[in-house]
Amino acid sequence: MTNALNLLAPVDTLAIDYTRDFAAPVSAVFRAHSDPDLVKQWMGPSRNEMTIERWDFRTGGGYRYLHRGPDGGEYWFNGVFHTVRDDEFLIQTFEFELAPDMVNIEFMWFEDLGSGRSRLRGRSICPSIEARDGLLSSPMESGMTEGYDRLEALVAS
Amino acid sequence: MRSDEDAETGLDRAFLALADPVRRAIVARLSRGPATVNELAAPFDITKQAVSKHIQVLEQAGLVTRSRDAQRRPVHLDAEALERLTAWIDRYRLDAERNYRRLDGLLAAMTAHNIEHEGKNP
Repeated sequence: MTNALNLLAPVDTLAIDYTRDFAAPVSAVFRAHSDPDLVKQWMGPSRNEMTIERWDFRTGGGYRYLHRGPDGGEYWFNGVFHTVRDDEFLIQTFEFELAPDMVNIEFMWFEDLGSGRSRLRGRSICPSIEARDGLLSSPMESGMTEGYDRLEALVAS
Repeated sequence: MRSDEDAETGLDRAFLALADPVRRAIVARLSRGPATVNELAAPFDITKQAVSKHIQVLEQAGLVTRSRDAQRRPVHLDAEALERLTAWIDRYRLDAERNYRRLDGLLAAMTAHNIEHEGKNP
């Protein structure tokens, strides 16, 4: 698939960089990030497992949500929306509450590619290389989801 | 099959070994092919003994091996160990990609139903 996520986490940096193209206008991609009813349909381990407690999507606003694992484990996340520019740009913080103070700063650029296509460009800055590598290898990202095998099948399809 | 815990310990040891910039440089050099201790020591302003120590750490972490036979005893990178090391980032990427595929589906539904400005579930 040509739209596949491109992710980079160079060894000696604090960053996770990525780009992802979408066959949809930039306004739709932005809305899928701003509207909590839409957000919970795609973000997180699997459908209907994301509960949004707070979603105040504006500059100076914030959010808190819950991912519930298949084992019943509860994983809370929170952050502030530092800068919101519609259809264009977003800065937010991100904190996994089981790793308090390990706050990431996330930048997202929403770019119009024309012909109804768009590109999301993201950069997440972690507080330390250890925190970054921990996030990248975190079992909360994979252990609570349907399992690695299924992910591989998904990507192979 | 190794248990998750064994795998975690192996990963920890490997990442610890790579926490040092000299050892990362050695691994980077070995990714281009085997080299002797002398060759590995050349770019650094440290003694051959210090480089040998670094290689020992990498060896204990299972990242490199040394040929037993030849006089030169070149150091080899263990490609499989390095693959295990990069598997974790792939896991993260796959998780993120799975989310974005779900978003693809959502965007298609949004466009089809022209609900972009209502934000209702399709």
